[in-house]
Amino acid sequence: MNITDRVIAIIAEQAVLEPSDVTLDSTLKDLGIDSLGLVESIFAIEEEFDISVPFNANEPQEGDFDISSVRSIVSGIEKLVKEQS
Amino acid sequence: MKRVVITGAGTINSLGTSVPETLEAMREGRCGISELEFRDVERLSIRIGGQVKNYQPETRFNRQQLALYDRFTQFTLIAAREAIAQAGLEFSGELAARAGVVLGNSGGGMTTLDDNYRSVYEDGKNRVHPFVVPKLMNNAAASHVSMEFNLKGPSFTVSTACASSNHAMAQAFQMVHGGVSPVMVTGGSESMLCFGGVKAWEGLRVMSKDACRPFSANRNGMVQGEGAGVFVFEELEHAKKRGAAILAEVAGFAMSSDAADIVMPSKQGAARAIKGALQDARIDLSEVGYINAHGTGTAANDKTECAAVADVFGAHADKLLISSTKSMHGHLIGGTGAVELLACIMALRDGVIAPTIGYEEPDPECALDVVPNEAREAIVDVALSNAFAFGGLNAVLALRRFT
Repeated sequence: MNITDRVIAIIAEQAVLEPSDVTLDSTLKDLGIDSLGLVESIFAIEEEFDISVPFNANEPQEGDFDISSVRSIVSGIEKLVKEQS
Repeated sequence: MKRVVITGAGTINSLGTSVPETLEAMREGRCGISELEFRDVERLSIRIGGQVKNYQPETRFNRQQLALYDRFTQFTLIAAREAIAQAGLEFSGELAARAGVVLGNSGGGMTTLDDNYRSVYEDGKNRVHPFVVPKLMNNAAASHVSMEFNLKGPSFTVSTACASSNHAMAQAFQMVHGGVSPVMVTGGSESMLCFGGVKAWEGLRVMSKDACRPFSANRNGMVQGEGAGVFVFEELEHAKKRGAAILAEVAGFAMSSDAADIVMPSKQGAARAIKGALQDARIDLSEVGYINAHGTGTAANDKTECAAVADVFGAHADKLLISSTKSMHGHLIGGTGAVELLACIMALRDGVIAPTIGYEEPDPECALDVVPNEAREAIVDVALSNAFAFGGLNAVLALRRFT
C-alpha cells in the first residue's frame, strides 16, 4: 500500500467507515472525527510510519501540519516521512 | 448549620515551600515553571513544568519515613505540618476521635510506579521494594496525615482528576458544616512530574512546550505542576473559643457533572457549578469580587470557562476579577484547587489579587478582566475557586472575607 492508502485506512478505521467511503477531499468533520478522534488518528499515523507529527490540539491551525482535509494530511505525512527517514 | 472557617494553611509547590513564600511569589507575579529535571527527560517532547526544585526530603523526613512516603505524600505532610502548626491545634481525646482528613489526589504515587515499572520492565529485575503498594496508593497521603496528627475521624481520598482538591474540600466543609466534626484537615496534592507521568500527558497533545498563558490569544496548552496545599477547616465557634486567627470563611460549594464528554469541557456544566455555589452560600452575584479560574491555558477550557462566567454573572462579569495562577505554579492536577485556594485567601484577607502571568494577547473569547501580568489591590468580599475536571466533573467553592 502507498502512503495515501495507508492513511486512508487509518482514518477509515477511526471513522468506522470503509476505506472506499473516504476520499482525498473529505474533511475530518465530514467523516465525523472529533478532536479526540483526531488525536487518536495522529497517534496511529505516527505508529504506522514511525514518524513524529507536530500537532498541538490547542492550535490545530498552527504549525506545518495541515489537517483541513484527507489530502492535506496525506501530503503532510509524505513530507514528514521524507524528512524523518 | 455551623459556619466554617479556615484557621490554618500550608503548601509546597514550585513557587515556594510555605504559604508566605507562595503568596509573595504570587504577589510578584513570579513564574515557578522551569526546565524539568528527572531521569529520561530528554525522551520527552514536553520538558517544562512547575517542579519543586532544590528539594531535600532528607531534611524533612527520616530514613524509615522516606522508604514509605512517595513524593506526593511528602508534599502533603509538609503542607499539613504548616497548616496545623498555624491553626495551633493538637488532636487528642474527643477532638481526635471526630477530626479527620479528606484530601484530593489524581495520580497517586506516580514516581513510585514509574521507578518500579522501570526496574521490572526496563532493567529486568524480578524483585521490588516491599513498600511499593503502600507508597503508591492514592490514600497514602491522607493516611499518613491521619497518623502523624492523630486524626481518627472520617478520612479518605477523593479522586476527580483536576477537581479532586475542590471536591475534597467540599466534603470536608460539609462535615464541619453539618456537625460531624468541629475540625477537618483538607486540601490535596499531586506529583506526576516523572518520565511516565509527563509522557502520558504528552499523548493527549494539550501540553505547551514553552509556557502556560491562560486567557491569552496565543495560549498553546497546559503546563503541569506538583506540590500540595492543606488547610484546617474549623467550626467558627470552636475557632473563636480558642482565639484562633481566621484566614477566611468557607461559605459554600457546588458540584456538577457535565455527563457529556471525557475531555471536552461544558459551559453549562461549569455554569451550573458556579451558580450552585452562590446559591449554596446565599451569595448575591454582585458580592463576588474575585474568581480563581480553572484557567488551564488550553484553547478549550479558557473560552468555555469565560463563557460560563459571563453567563452566570451577566453585566457583573465585567466588574469582577478573574485570574489563573496556573500561569505561575502550573497545573497541579489533583492538588491544584488546594494551592489555588491560597490565591482566594490572599484576595480576601490581604486585598491582593494574584495575576495571570504570561498574558500577551487579548482573546475576544476571554474578554474578562483576567488581571494580566501584575497583581492588583482590591477589596474583595467573596471569592470563588473553580475546578472543572476531565470527565466533566466540576466543583466550585465560595469563600467569604471574615471580619
